[in-house]
Amino acid sequence: MSSSVSSVSSEEAIVRDKKNMWGGGQSPYGVSWGKLYMWIFLLSDAFTFSGLLIAYGTMRHSHADVWPAANSVFHHFPFIEKEMPLAYVGLMTFILIMSSVTMVLAVEAGHRNSKKEAGIWMILTIIGGFMFLGSQAWEWYHFITGTEHGRVLADGTVFHGANMVMNEYGTTPLFGDFFFFITGFHGFHVFSGVCINIMIFFNVINGVYEKRGHYEQVEKAGLYWHFVDLVWVFVFTFFYLV
Amino acid sequence: MSDNKQAHGTEIPQNEQLLEYHSEVWAQHHAHHDAPEEKPNFWSHYIFSTDHKMISKQFLITAIFMAVAGMFLSTMFRLQLGWPEQKFMFLETLLGKWGEGGKLNPNFYLAAVTIHGTILVFMVLTGGLSGTFANLLIPLQIGARDMASGFLNMLSYWFFFASSAVMLSSLFIETGAASGGWTIYPPLSALPQAMPGSGLGMTLWLISMVLFIVSSLLGGINYVCTILNLRTRGMSMTRLPLTIWAFMITAILGILSFPVLFAAALLLVFDRSMGTSFYLSDIFIDGHALDYSGGSPILYQHLFWFLGHPEVYIILLPALGVTSEVIAVQSRKPIFGYKAMVGSMLVIAFLSFIVWGHHMFVTGMNPFLGSVFVFTTLLVAIPSAVKTFNYLATLWKANIVLSPAMLFAIGLVSFFITGGLTGIILGNSALDINIHDTYFVVAHFHIVMGSSAIFGMFAGVYHWFPRMFGRMMNKHMGYLHFWLTFASVYGVFFPMHFLGLAGVPRRYYADTAWEGFHTLANVNSMISIFAFIGAFAQFVFIFNFFYSIFRGRKAVQNPWRSNTLEWNAPVEHLHGNWPGAIPVVHRWAYDYSKPNADEDFIDQTIPYSQTTKSNLPMET
Repeated sequence: MSSSVSSVSSEEAIVRDKKNMWGGGQSPYGVSWGKLYMWIFLLSDAFTFSGLLIAYGTMRHSHADVWPAANSVFHHFPFIEKEMPLAYVGLMTFILIMSSVTMVLAVEAGHRNSKKEAGIWMILTIIGGFMFLGSQAWEWYHFITGTEHGRVLADGTVFHGANMVMNEYGTTPLFGDFFFFITGFHGFHVFSGVCINIMIFFNVINGVYEKRGHYEQVEKAGLYWHFVDLVWVFVFTFFYLV
Repeated sequence: MSDNKQAHGTEIPQNEQLLEYHSEVWAQHHAHHDAPEEKPNFWSHYIFSTDHKMISKQFLITAIFMAVAGMFLSTMFRLQLGWPEQKFMFLETLLGKWGEGGKLNPNFYLAAVTIHGTILVFMVLTGGLSGTFANLLIPLQIGARDMASGFLNMLSYWFFFASSAVMLSSLFIETGAASGGWTIYPPLSALPQAMPGSGLGMTLWLISMVLFIVSSLLGGINYVCTILNLRTRGMSMTRLPLTIWAFMITAILGILSFPVLFAAALLLVFDRSMGTSFYLSDIFIDGHALDYSGGSPILYQHLFWFLGHPEVYIILLPALGVTSEVIAVQSRKPIFGYKAMVGSMLVIAFLSFIVWGHHMFVTGMNPFLGSVFVFTTLLVAIPSAVKTFNYLATLWKANIVLSPAMLFAIGLVSFFITGGLTGIILGNSALDINIHDTYFVVAHFHIVMGSSAIFGMFAGVYHWFPRMFGRMMNKHMGYLHFWLTFASVYGVFFPMHFLGLAGVPRRYYADTAWEGFHTLANVNSMISIFAFIGAFAQFVFIFNFFYSIFRGRKAVQNPWRSNTLEWNAPVEHLHGNWPGAIPVVHRWAYDYSKPNADEDFIDQTIPYSQTTKSNLPMET
């Protein structure tokens, strides 16, 4: 309920009592409950990803001798025959980080109550999100279909690509399992973020926030979006770089 | 306390402004959102209510229902354990194919143990305890109109309800409910063909748990936001009743530990249905080698206990918070060592995240790592002892009012001490290895966490029943309930220590095959008899509870002569809690029996200027 009154004039006199910030009758640091809710949710989500990444780290450590090197697996680039290790995932990462930049600009436009600019930056953020998701689909497609030479199994047959049970890149299925699970779980977060951003975009252009007098909702969606980007930085580091 | 005092004389004009501000907020809130709610119908009032008081009752009644289910299962397996050779023909009528020939089916026995644990740990003592009292007390005790988000609060209850329904439904399927123990360790839980209960039963268990985690997060984040943002004027963090501190710390524990269980459960789901090998490696079933390779079941245990240990405190802390409040009110004394109480809860919460390894001493853990976990585990004794001594010091030379709530609160302290002492034994890896997975462990956690927490819950129900339903519970039935339950808890769990020391393993269907345990058969029968007495006593409570809702004596506004704000609101529930402006707080929650005061309690809303006789030197 506090978010709906942030423009009430009487609030000025009360919320600015910094000396007694924790004394009750005001939100410490003037944060609305909604924004606080998002922060705490992200903290909890961070624990989910930490659990998964630590699990990945320990399992990879115990299979260090058979774990494939990332640049020998991820070296495709669309329309280019030559091997370009990690170039494509670098591009994906760049796109996602750029979409964070456009999100910041949308939040900034919201602070200025500029409906038009906020809408433009939101749509660019959504496009960035879709580009990332599309790239990930392409990446998965190549991971699943694999290479022409594949891996020769003990019984003489050749196995191409990867599934949940085995993959051609190394002898342990865990490499594929963790790749599918963690990048998929992150991709699902990105997909949810894109859906949220689309809703926010329509609210912006329909003037919902203009009527409300502030664009805090854009900022909350922005928090989520930056978090998803930050998680990708870790996923990218642990799966591709290390 | 003293640093806040000086500000108070000068703040009165601001308080006036604040009241205006809050009324304005409330008026706007009503005008905007609640317009369709003007005439509450059955659905919006009782079912899809967003009012925290109604949601609290929904949680409580669902939890009572689930507790009865959990208790029923425990009487079933106690019947088997007490008289393993005996046939009880009524079991066939009662359980159908699970009781064929008057004997409990071994698979049903395992399912009963598993679902008993799951229901009591999650549905009753996590969802039920926090859900009931955090929802009821947070807005009322901090002086707020409602939770930060009533809608998310409602969703939290409905996810909890769905989770409970799915868990119960798993008892009624052809292959039986999940049977791998409430910790659902793989590979037993990961391979649907491993045992009957690992099929659909396990799937339903996992679905239920995912719903439960969503409920817990929606509720927990709401509690924290409400406590931080919506305290009324003057309600500084150090003036919060200890209940509120306990609920907040509990919620933070849940927010940080449940996501890790979520991760663990998702990986398990993939192992079960997608063919991944996160927890599985080199397994033969019926002479066939399975495809799984490279995974580790120990990984699951680490992830599970990273939740599992904080979960113990998620269960216990709200009960300790309720006890702090009840003991202070019914001792007519300020709680001893308020800041030490808060500090020890924070320390317990922190330590709970770095002790999970003590559940895994026998997994082949490096002995050095084991000794680190021993050290952190034994550190928990320090804040726990601080709390215990503070309770005892509060009771010391007090004018104790032995209401049923007070008896249950004192019972909690008794269990906390008894169970805490065996915790020192189990926390030592060298000692734990001998008694791991025996009845000693069962005795320990049922006393220190199970019985303590349920006694805290009973204390809360007896104490706040007038606040919830506007009527009093019957005192005499309360006493009967207390003494029967208290005696049967010790009757059931105390002898289990000796079973454990003799080496009787937990979760076994029968101990009859081992010659050396024959002399213990009588002990097992005695434990079962106490368990049935305890179960009977709960029906006294349930009758008292439901009878009092409709026929109990009408409650006055402040029946326990308590200081906290919830007794400042009218007996009739209104949406928004206070009919006029919300109260402003001028003192801490524990001014009981203050020397020279007119009465032995001073409401938190009474300013120091009205109590000049009893003010301490720094309270001007």
